[in-house]
Amino acid sequence: MTALIIAEHDNGSLKSATANTIAAARQLGVEIHVLVAGSACSAAAEQAARLRGVGKVLMADARHYEGGLAENLAALIVSLAPSYSHVLAPATTFGKNVLPRVAAQLDVGQVSDIVEVLAPDTFVRPIYAGNVLAKVRSDDPIKVITVRATAFEATGQGGTAPIDTIAPGPDLGMSRLLERELTHSSRPELTEAKIVVSGGRGLQSGENFKLLETLADRLGAAIGASRAAVDSGFVPNDYQVGQTGKIVAPQLYIAVGISGAIQHLAGMKGSKVIVAINKDPEAPIFQVADYGLTADLFQAVPELISALGQ
Amino acid sequence: MKIVVPVKRVIDANVKVRLKADGSAVDSDNAKMSMNPFDEIAVEEAIRLKEAGAAGEIVAVSIGSDACQDVLRAALAMGADRALLIRTEAVLEPLAVAKLLREVVAREQPRLVICGKQSTDGDANQAGQMLAGLLGWPQATFASKLDLGTDGATVTREIDGGLEIIAVTLPAVVTTDLRLNSPRYTTLPNIMKAKKKPLDVVALDEFGVDTRPRLTTLGLAEPAARSAGVRVADVAELLAKLKNEAKVI
Ligand SMILES: Cc1cc2nc3c(=O)[nH]c(=O)nc-3n(C[C@H](O)[C@H](O)[C@H](O)COP(=O)(O)OP(=O)(O)OC[C@H]3O[C@@H](n4cnc5c(N)ncnc54)[C@H](O)[C@@H]3O)c2cc1C
Repeated sequence: MTALIIAEHDNGSLKSATANTIAAARQLGVEIHVLVAGSACSAAAEQAARLRGVGKVLMADARHYEGGLAENLAALIVSLAPSYSHVLAPATTFGKNVLPRVAAQLDVGQVSDIVEVLAPDTFVRPIYAGNVLAKVRSDDPIKVITVRATAFEATGQGGTAPIDTIAPGPDLGMSRLLERELTHSSRPELTEAKIVVSGGRGLQSGENFKLLETLADRLGAAIGASRAAVDSGFVPNDYQVGQTGKIVAPQLYIAVGISGAIQHLAGMKGSKVIVAINKDPEAPIFQVADYGLTADLFQAVPELISALGQ
Repeated sequence: MKIVVPVKRVIDANVKVRLKADGSAVDSDNAKMSMNPFDEIAVEEAIRLKEAGAAGEIVAVSIGSDACQDVLRAALAMGADRALLIRTEAVLEPLAVAKLLREVVAREQPRLVICGKQSTDGDANQAGQMLAGLLGWPQATFASKLDLGTDGATVTREIDGGLEIIAVTLPAVVTTDLRLNSPRYTTLPNIMKAKKKPLDVVALDEFGVDTRPRLTTLGLAEPAARSAGVRVADVAELLAKLKNEAKVI
């Protein structure tokens, strides 16, 4: 039995969630191959080959894989899948986009967002915003799975897998990438950061998020947000933490001016230590916080910044 | 251009879901039920396209028990023209849903299907992509902006790194993200009007589709609850705890 991992990358480098996905695959007790489909993607393929546990890297290099759009990529994966027992991708917007298409074209179900591997066919996945954990068995011949990155510690370096160049599939010509507007930041990646400082509607404006930026920089933290802060236009969409945004599990999560709705908790309650700063002593966020500070954030955050600056 | 919008009836997003005492299932006995919020966004988008003259008829489709007629009526009250209920007591997996929707597409011949990106109960995030895959149509998932032309659509997608703009040919499947629009509230006159709009009910068996489950649920559990910690008096105490007790800074 062999698992095929669909690498997420930007051609130049591998996205870290790929290493978490490989970690989940290693628990299946099967051989592991990694597919790197891209355009001028050999650097990403080399990084995949160096990950521990990888037996072989398949590289499909063609212009029409450059943006990783679902249609062409799914067609390629579907053509490879019959040789595999499992096909896995990270449960990121990349994996969530392409893998269900693959599953449907293979006429198999998909197990989304697994957080535990119990057996090669049995997994745990959260449903209802993480309020219920379902133990499910896939009865299909090929198991198609997306993996919640924060639930599996990334596999490390030390692999020396060969890289096989494979023939690309066709360009179906159905979709085209026109433009990417990526958020550039010198801060750590939200889903990988050891510390996350998150702001909610309580911040009142995008301008006020500068306070959190200063705090984050003192702590070497990434910045996250609630849906309300994103919807209000304070910060970009990729800051959203929650059931329908990003899942984070840092060592320290500091929620500032966030009430703690079910959907927000779904994205951060796996954090090791949670701090809540909220002026409403009844805010539900305090029910999950290890340390709660009932205070006006516009006083507390500047105080924190100056105390950390000393 | 006809648009099909699938809508699912789910436990309302504001309900804190619990398991039944015996752990066999989610306790939905007295829970408030609503249209999946992402599907509401899908209905809204279809109506806005129609209002802008870019779309013609809007057909809302739900799959489930007779109770699902309420979410179909809600879609009609928002402005959908017609509704179809595929009646079944079974709880279907996304693949089965996608297969049924493929049959609906074959009958209705829409140029666009707008789905919610995920339902807030199963959180699978699969049906739209699966439908596109089965039809061999392009897919534009997690949309926050949709510009519809006659032969193609330009879609802004919310991705982990920010935003991405793609062009897809038509027909296509689009799935909605939160920022696509804010769904309208329905008014009493529109709710009354919706009662007169056509709502067809067809039994699932009539579609002749293989909807058998591919996953077996072996058990459900509630995750270990996080216990509330302590309140700190001020910033100094907070920092002391983080340094000396939690040792995270
Ligand atoms: C389908 C669906 C999906 C969703 N997905 C997500 C998701 O992925 N992520 C997510 O976060 N939400 C999500 N939500 C939204 C969620 O239900 C909440 O509406 C949202 O999380 C609230 O954001 P908030 O806590 O910032 O705002 P609010 O609930 O308005 O809370 C603001 C908090 O700030 C506090 N505050 C105000 N001023 C101050 C001050 N000066 N000092 C200190 N505290 C102050 C208030 O006491 C309050 O507790 C989703 C909702 C739906 C329906």
